[in-house]
This record gives sequence, C-alpha cells and structure tokens, in this order.
Amino acid sequence: MTDVRAWERFSIGERMGRFAVYLGMVAAIVASLQTVEVIPEFISDAPEQIGDMLRRMWPVAWGFYPEGVHEPLLESLHIATLGTVLAVLMAVPVAFLAARNVTPFAWLNYGAKLILVSARSVNTLIWALFFVAVFGPGALAGMLAIAFHSIGFTGKLLGEALEEANRGSIEALEAAGAPWLAIAIKGYWPQVRPAFWGIVLFRWDINVRESAVLGFVGAGGVGMALDTALNLFQWERAAMILVAILVVVLVAEVATTQLRKRIL
Amino acid sequence: MAARTGSNRVAFPPSWTARVAWLVFGIYFVYAASHLELTPARFFSGLEHGAKFVARLFPPDFHRWELLAKGMIESLQIAVLASALGVLIAAPLALCAARNLMPAWATWPARAVMVVCRSFHPVIVAILFVKAVGFGALAGILALTVASVGFLGKLMTEAIEEISLKQVEAVRATGAPFISVVSYAVVPQVFSRFVGFVSYETDANLRNSTMVGIVGAGGIGGTLFSAFQRFDYDFVCAIVLTIIVLIMIGEILTLRIKKVFGI
Repeated sequence: MTDVRAWERFSIGERMGRFAVYLGMVAAIVASLQTVEVIPEFISDAPEQIGDMLRRMWPVAWGFYPEGVHEPLLESLHIATLGTVLAVLMAVPVAFLAARNVTPFAWLNYGAKLILVSARSVNTLIWALFFVAVFGPGALAGMLAIAFHSIGFTGKLLGEALEEANRGSIEALEAAGAPWLAIAIKGYWPQVRPAFWGIVLFRWDINVRESAVLGFVGAGGVGMALDTALNLFQWERAAMILVAILVVVLVAEVATTQLRKRIL
Repeated sequence: MAARTGSNRVAFPPSWTARVAWLVFGIYFVYAASHLELTPARFFSGLEHGAKFVARLFPPDFHRWELLAKGMIESLQIAVLASALGVLIAAPLALCAARNLMPAWATWPARAVMVVCRSFHPVIVAILFVKAVGFGALAGILALTVASVGFLGKLMTEAIEEISLKQVEAVRATGAPFISVVSYAVVPQVFSRFVGFVSYETDANLRNSTMVGIVGAGGIGGTLFSAFQRFDYDFVCAIVLTIIVLIMIGEILTLRIKKVFGI
C-alpha cells in the first residue's frame, strides 16, 4: 500500500504558533490605533509644522561652534568614554558570576543575571535622573548613568563569551595548580579577548549617541547646549549642534568599524 | 632537551604596543576625569545623599496606580504603533537599499536615509517632533518610527543581501514582473528573519517609549519625570519597578516569538 501524504512546509503546531503571533500583532496594532490619544488636527498639520521648523533652522549658525558647541561636545565624548570604562570595570565581575562554567553555583548565576537585566531595563536617561538627584547636575551624573546602563549589555555579552570559552586550556592550568587569578588571566582572557574588544567598541559607539541626550535631564554634555538653544527658539544654533552631533556619531561609527577590523 | 631548542622563547611575551596603548589610555583617563571635575570629595558627599535618596525610594508607592497604568498603556501604544509604521517604511526602503537587487542610484539615497535616521538618538528626534507637532503620543510615535526605520532598514537590507540569488533567477526566468520576483523569491527567504527583527525592534521601542516622555513625547516618561521633580521618590520607585517588569515580559515574549519562527 502506498502511503500518499501531501507535503507541507509547516506542521499544524507550527502553523498555529505563527497564526497566534500574527493575530497578536494585528490585535495589538488595532487596539493601539483605537485607543491612542492623538489629536487628528495635529496629524494633518504635521508636514507643514515640520517644514516650518526646517526653514527656521536654515541658515545653520556655523559661527556658534567655537563658542558654544566645542566644549560641551568634548564633554559628551569624555562622558561616553569614561562611562564605558567604568561599565566594563563593573561588568567583568558580574559577567564572571553570570557565566555558568566559571561559577558553578546556580543561585549566583541567577543573581548576576538579575542584576544585568535590571541594569539594562532602566534606560540611560532614567539612570541619569537618579544620579542627578544624588550627585547634582553635571558630568559625574551623566558618566555614572552611562556606566550603570551599560553594565547590563556588556555583562550579558561578556558572560556569554565566557560560557563559550574552550575547556582545554583551563583544565591544563587547573592541572598545573594555577590559582584562580592566573586561570582568569591566562586561561579565560586570551580566549575572550577578541569578543571583549568587540563588545567594548560597540558599546562605546552606542554611548557616544546616548551621551548627547543626557543634557536634557541636566547630566552634562552637548544635550544641555541643545536644550538651551531649543528652549530659546534659537533654531539656527540648534541646527549647528545637530550637525555637530551627526558628524561625531558618524566619525565614531567609522572609527569603531576600522578599529574592530584591526584588533580582531 | 626541548627547553634547549626553544631557550629564547618566552611563555607569555610582553606586547610593547599594548603597554604603550594602556599607558596612553591611562593618561587620557586622568585628563578626562580632571576635565569633568570628578573629585573624590564630590563623590563621597554624593554617597551621603545617595543613602538618603535610596531610603526615600522604599517602600514603593502604588497608590496612584491609575496614573501609572495610563502612562504604561500609552508607552505600549507608542511602541506598537511606531514598530508597525517603522516596518511599513523600512521594508520597501530596505528593498531599495539592497545592492544585489537594485542599481546604485537607488541604493545610495536609501542608505543615506537609514544612516541619518540611525544617527540621532530617539530623544533628540522626539524633542524635534515635540516642537513640530506638539506634546503627546504623536511626537513619540513619530520619533520612534524614525529610529525603527534606521535600525530595521539596516538589518533588513543585510538580510536581503544575504539571500540566495538562484531562486530570484528562477522566478525571473519565467518572465515574472519585478513585484512577483519580490513576493515569490525574496520575501519567502527573509520573512522569518524579518519577524525576528520586528520583535527585536518592538522590544527596543518599548524601552525607548518609557523614556521619550521625559521631553514631552507621551508615555510613562512624563509621569516619571514629574514625579522626580516633585521629589515623589516612592512613586518613582513604583514606576521604575513596573517598567522593569514590563520590559522583562517583553524580552520573554520576544524569545517565544523567535522560537515559533525557528530563528
């Protein structure tokens, strides 16, 4: 007896799963569209208003750069770099605790992962609000905000890199009676080094973008200059600051891709 | 003896370029720290404040849960609508930007749009939209749409560029028009990856939608910011805890969706 079966790309279970996802998506969109509080006049008015804003931004106040943009821009870059360094310093121990092969205690793994997820869930700006409340307005708050938010991302990826480390060289070191610090430096570090630099560069690139907005909550950097310009309706100056941010972000992106190619 | 033949070999040779790089970085670190006026005195006086601050955060105050729920729901709406709009714009744009399907005159402008969308932080875009279209959820939706177009566009372009061209050729050989090539040769190859990207982007939008309110673009951020300004720290704690829980649920959902689509 020949068994004739129709070929199907997905099983019934897979199709049901997919259908449930589509249904959920459509339901979420419809529900949001029906309940969101948007004033219809604002939508019809939007293109005109955006055009008006762009017209006010022209011509860009190039002369404003040396007096009002250069210093805060440098401050933003310092915040991003120092914040990344601090984040890495704090993330390394947490990553070691989160890696299952390094720390064989499940409760420590889960504790470390909880720290990482919470740090990541609270946005940089919300961290910045916290630190402005504690340390007062300024670059210190911004740097700590960047650092605490970045712990989550850096620690998670670093922990995963550690979990992928090859057992061989670590077992060799253990057999030779090496202390744990030697195992970490000569066993794990050479194996995770490429991943480590990749993660650090990637995070620095993100932090350069984030450091530009910290000023909106008073945490230093070029965002403060932008906030002032926007509040005083100095659109030409705002345009100058936006161009400066765009250039810095693009340069940072190109620099990180080049460095990544050379280091890895 | 083996050691004799390799007597000039060192087990872990020092790397002088690395050492110099570390030194330069150390000098920069000190310079930048002094530039930002990071002094220990300031730090320790802050720690004292910090202890008081943390004490005031607890216990979290959920009494005004209606306000909290209203803000969270608005954040969710912003995230969902921005992702939907973002996909609608990013998918055709990614098709234009894919070098394996389109000529250079189409890919460059599409890529430029994506780079500009990606370069500005959502909050900066949000503040511009607040000035342009007024306070409220609309500014948040538009701002996150711009961010989604940037990221989704980049990921989708890369996915389209990685497809196998054999199927494209096969469909073309039947004399199919361009639209059929796209729907029968390109979309089936990238569809499940696109779903993965969209769920990832929705997750990212959810995180950002809790923040754009700080500049007046709708969502829980506005409630959070005003609670901060009124020193209503136990309510702040309640809001932040809710955000963390919501984002964790979002992360779990994303993982489930990815599992369903086998990515």
